Amino acid sequence: MVPISYFVVLSALLFGLGVVGFLFRRNIITMFMSIELMLNAVNLAFVAFSRAFDQLQGQVFVFFVIVVAAAEAAVGLAIVILIARNRQTLNVERVNLLKL
Amino acid sequence: MIVTILFFALALIAVSGAVSLIVQRHPIHSALSLIVVMVALAGLYLLLGAQFIAAVQVIVYAGAIMVLFVFVIMLLNAGAEERTNVSRMAAYIGLPLSVVLAAGLAWWTASGSQALSALSGDVTPTRSLSMMLFQEYAFPFELTSILVLIAILGALTLAKREGGAE
Repeated sequence: MVPISYFVVLSALLFGLGVVGFLFRRNIITMFMSIELMLNAVNLAFVAFSRAFDQLQGQVFVFFVIVVAAAEAAVGLAIVILIARNRQTLNVERVNLLKL
Repeated sequence: MIVTILFFALALIAVSGAVSLIVQRHPIHSALSLIVVMVALAGLYLLLGAQFIAAVQVIVYAGAIMVLFVFVIMLLNAGAEERTNVSRMAAYIGLPLSVVLAAGLAWWTASGSQALSALSGDVTPTRSLSMMLFQEYAFPFELTSILVLIAILGALTLAKREGGAE
């Protein structure tokens, strides 16, 4: 049988890949998708620990995380559309009006 | 034995999907890679005995949220990402932190993780999950409805064409 630590390591790997994607990509949609990947990695850790300790709270939290992620995706993509409309670009390097 | 094989197959699919998400230059390819990751994660939830979460993962994440992403990519006609120099923050903060994360993982797996129990075959009944959700966590559940309402209003207000009301 699979030890629970394998799941946690996989979760950390996916989270790290999400962080790398967020830091290295310049397309705002891809950065946003990296955030979704990090949320998914955290969900996997939640479910794995919920299983390890035989408690259901972890799965309930995953449910709430999914709801918040859906709300976040709706608002975030509206902001992306707004940026694309106002600045004619999806590259975050060019959204730099507040930069000194 | 079959569970171990399934775990490694799904883990491989998930990690390669995540790498593909980072490496692809076109947003639509990244979005499709993310869908692969989410479906693989749904399979892993099934392995962990969480069928309800697996179903919600496929329906809400792979279904609703990713359709929203693909729709926005199509709407904005997003092309391939132009290459720019890697930001200095990524090089100076991201790389050391990745090394720290990898070292921490190696240390954590090498020591004391065997204390946690191995997986058995039983599954979480969705019934007890829903009992907990609607009894113990009924108030947070109701709060999420307000959150979703605010998100809908916010998205509507943000994406509205200017010049209509103002």
